[in-house]
Amino acid sequence: MAGLKQSELAKLAEISPSYLNLIEHNRRRIGGKLLVDIAHALGVEPGSLTEGAETTLLATLREAASGTEMSEAEFVRVEEFAGRFPGWAALLADNQRKVETLQRSVEALTDRLTHDPHLAASLHEMLSTVTAIRSAASILAEPGDIEPEWQRRFNRNIYEDSARLADTSRSLAQYLEEADSEASETNAPQDELDGVFQKSGFHLPALETSEGDVDTVTSELGKGVSQSARWLLHRALTRYRADAEWMPLGDCADTVAATGSDPFAFAARFGCDLASAMRRLAHLPSEILPEPVGLAICDGSGVTTFRKPLPEFPLPRLGAGCALWPLYRALARPMMPQVEVMEQSARTAARHRGYAISQPTSPARPGEDVLFESHMLIVQEPKRDHPEPIRQVGLTCRICPHPACEARREPSIMVASVPRKL
Amino acid sequence: MSKQVLLIEDEPNIIEAISFILSRDGWTVKTHSNGSDAFDMVKERKPDVVILDVMLPGKSGYDILRELRDDPEVNGMPVLMLTARGQTKDREIAERAGCDAFMTKPFSNAEVLETVRALALK
Repeated sequence: MAGLKQSELAKLAEISPSYLNLIEHNRRRIGGKLLVDIAHALGVEPGSLTEGAETTLLATLREAASGTEMSEAEFVRVEEFAGRFPGWAALLADNQRKVETLQRSVEALTDRLTHDPHLAASLHEMLSTVTAIRSAASILAEPGDIEPEWQRRFNRNIYEDSARLADTSRSLAQYLEEADSEASETNAPQDELDGVFQKSGFHLPALETSEGDVDTVTSELGKGVSQSARWLLHRALTRYRADAEWMPLGDCADTVAATGSDPFAFAARFGCDLASAMRRLAHLPSEILPEPVGLAICDGSGVTTFRKPLPEFPLPRLGAGCALWPLYRALARPMMPQVEVMEQSARTAARHRGYAISQPTSPARPGEDVLFESHMLIVQEPKRDHPEPIRQVGLTCRICPHPACEARREPSIMVASVPRKL
Repeated sequence: MSKQVLLIEDEPNIIEAISFILSRDGWTVKTHSNGSDAFDMVKERKPDVVILDVMLPGKSGYDILRELRDDPEVNGMPVLMLTARGQTKDREIAERAGCDAFMTKPFSNAEVLETVRALALK
């Protein structure tokens, strides 16, 4: 391409020629800094060297392996596997996601059996009635004389109880039938919301003008999703519309041209809070913001309420991410912006700058505690010598190779020193 | 003098059936169907065996059992718990609260009789 020898290219990219050879023959995956360095050395666009989204694929494959007894030697070949058998790798990752979804459905159903008050009450009623019928019937069926008055009384009880049992079982069957038709609600609504945004893109032209109507857009985008997901969507779109009104698209374009994706500059230009600025940046179209930015929002319990991942900064679909992310650190210091350069601990670690702030979710009221939520904007950071410290972070503990991490809440399958069999 | 059972249960037809089989077996059966003052009733009657349902109006059977076990006057009294749910969780809660026997609905008359007899011998 650029008339470079393999060894020269390897030297420019600061890797060994044999490693480069492995990459060229698709036996090692490539991403992040290395990709950018090689692309730079060759004078081409990084995108032309890769199909992108590898990080997410690899993370999913590692998740798939994490519950198994796979040996370390086999496990470290995940990149080679994905490189040599991309179709099979994608299939495995897809299956892994399906398994996760099914697991969640099972959990939701179990939850319902345990916590659904209507179901519990109906079952209790039925069992009590059956007990009464069984007791009375066996008294009548047992040998021995029973006074006629008692006989009549137990006969009447059985008759009454069987009528009650018929009623209860009918209403229970009806209830279960209705619940069954809302089966999609057993999927996590948050997941459905993610799906809507992934499908429609994070920029919604219909909400950019003053004619934009949140209810209309919600019902358009929310076709086929559960009621809970629609509720979440409506909440997200209401915020979108308010942000878009405060920061019109044209002014956003001018601001990006002047200051890039700096949320502080956005907040200063529009006189708004930092979290709104972050959301606005995350929803800008690629014509205005050529390098996409990621966004994660979590509530005070650490649960993610909004996810916009980047190809090289995936956000976990289930549960929380890495406790070292500024997103969570900000929760401990409300209103104090946290800015940090992060490197996700993978071999081809890309660098990202995280801007995070934890803000109250509602206006202050006398004598009332406020609740906080945290926003983190994720911006790709060029890999060069940094005067600032770089924080090594993970995605989720199970697939994080970071040794001796204080924030670890689960043993990693990628750290040899942590015993895998407990 | 015949031994006394106190049956704390809110389902009238279960009360009637259990009372019948226990009386026929020679027991004096007293019944009570409200959770909130069940504890006072136990202290007043001092029965030989208590049969206690978990789901009672006013107060749960578990709470009543805990109160009984905390009171030196009645803490040794044999208690048979009745519940409509047979999950291990419920059995665990009942055992931790200190019940002597545990039975899930629907039970048979013979089981009840057998268990009450065994508890009275304790």
